[in-house]
Amino acid sequence: MTTMQVLFLFFAAIILGSAIKVVTTKKMIHAAFWLVVALFGIAALYAMLNAGFLAMVQIVVYVGAIAILFIFAVMLTRKELLDKGAALNNNKTIAALISLVFFGGLLLLLTNWSGFTKMAPDLPEGDMVAKLGEALVTPNAYLLPFEVASVLLLAALIGAVYVANEARSE
Amino acid sequence: MDSALIWEMVIKSLVLILALLTGFAYLTYYERRGLARIQSRVGPNRAGPAGLLQPIADAVKLIFKEEFTPGQAYKVIFILAPIITVIPAILITATVPWGGTVTIGGREVMLGIADINIGVLYIMSVASIAVYGVVLAGWASNNKYAMMGGLRSTAQMISYELALGLSFVGVILLANSMRMTEIVEAQRGLWFAFLQPVGAVVFFFATLAELNRGPFDMPEAEQELSAGYNVEYSGMKFALFFMAEYTKMVSISAIIATLFWGGYRGPFIDTMPGLGPLYMFIKIFFILFMMIWVRASWPRIRYDRLMDLGWKILLPLSLSLVFINATGILLNQMWLIPLLSIGAGFLAIQAINLSLRRKENAR
Repeated sequence: MTTMQVLFLFFAAIILGSAIKVVTTKKMIHAAFWLVVALFGIAALYAMLNAGFLAMVQIVVYVGAIAILFIFAVMLTRKELLDKGAALNNNKTIAALISLVFFGGLLLLLTNWSGFTKMAPDLPEGDMVAKLGEALVTPNAYLLPFEVASVLLLAALIGAVYVANEARSE
Repeated sequence: MDSALIWEMVIKSLVLILALLTGFAYLTYYERRGLARIQSRVGPNRAGPAGLLQPIADAVKLIFKEEFTPGQAYKVIFILAPIITVIPAILITATVPWGGTVTIGGREVMLGIADINIGVLYIMSVASIAVYGVVLAGWASNNKYAMMGGLRSTAQMISYELALGLSFVGVILLANSMRMTEIVEAQRGLWFAFLQPVGAVVFFFATLAELNRGPFDMPEAEQELSAGYNVEYSGMKFALFFMAEYTKMVSISAIIATLFWGGYRGPFIDTMPGLGPLYMFIKIFFILFMMIWVRASWPRIRYDRLMDLGWKILLPLSLSLVFINATGILLNQMWLIPLLSIGAGFLAIQAINLSLRRKENAR
């Protein structure tokens, strides 16, 4: 095994282990902490794939903003430090069945995929970040999805401000 | 990767960490002497010549103090929180270049740990995880004052991260790169602090808020919160929080120097690249003095005004600065940038003035 393979297995084990802890732990704040660990692991995987930009954005957006908001929400809404929430419903068997079906479907699709045996193409020369930036604003590349996503985010932002204002005025 | 390269990296990292820790120890001395001078006092002058051994005496005192863990605290996080606070403070300097390439024993050595193509974004991401230490410390103490301090600091750091990030964008636009060494090279002719003076000021204030330093030291407002997020901490755990704050001051000063004040560049740097760390030291020294000076001169601002300043003044101002930079670059008229940005800064000051006057009239 090469060093990269060992590293990949290491990070994959961290991600899977902490993701399992997120859904199985009873204490809500622990779930939030395990989620942070999983998100860090994913950033490490991005960095191993030569996608340093994505790795850093993953940390800024998910670890630095979204996960901290989760922790914030748990801290502000729970009276006890280590509150144990009961499950909302008891559909464990159905949930297991659905996830098994999805897992089987994905497995079936991916085993027929030819991408596994191909080698990754060599990275083009030059500054990767500049290339990514140009691709995001080139009409033939990703301009449309980029703009649609930004309009969606803006709409969500305005909606959040509206909802928060309405709740205060009541 | 040959083993010599690994050794080079390890040695460079160790030297940097040792330099940061020495810097932290003597920054406390520098601050106390500086504050004392500003308030016409003498300051610590008993331990050693001119009080130079004071940081060591402080450290010894803190080591021998009793460590106390509150009974109702959440122990694991309570112990982890100071550690989580210190690590980003040291990590953040990894992409800062400290000089050009020098030859030591026939080997080309770059003075800097990592020169990655996303250096600025790396700083941004490490700064964004620095919030965790404070918030977890406040929460794990299970004390309402600590909790309030933690909450305040999180809200403050997240709010000022916007102005901070947008100031980064301005610099990236001017340098046309996110690589720290290229940002320094782009300031060969003119430092960005002169090309974009308002951007440098906005960045300075945003970093003060990010550091939780006066006049934005809300998380440790003694009068309101008794001490803030670190109220339950004692001994070396408290010292770790202290260390994180002062190490961060040194690291952030290095970043300000690199982004706006020409980094390691100075006279004769091209013929003698070994001068780089010296120039960095001088610049960091002056920026640290600015921080101490601000703390000595301005009272802590009220919490709602802090938020108003962040969201209603600094965020629109830094957005307009990004726009001004882009306009100047697109039209290829660089002289427009300082002119227009000073105009925008003037408008922002006028807006603060107007809002203060309105409050005065309303009374």
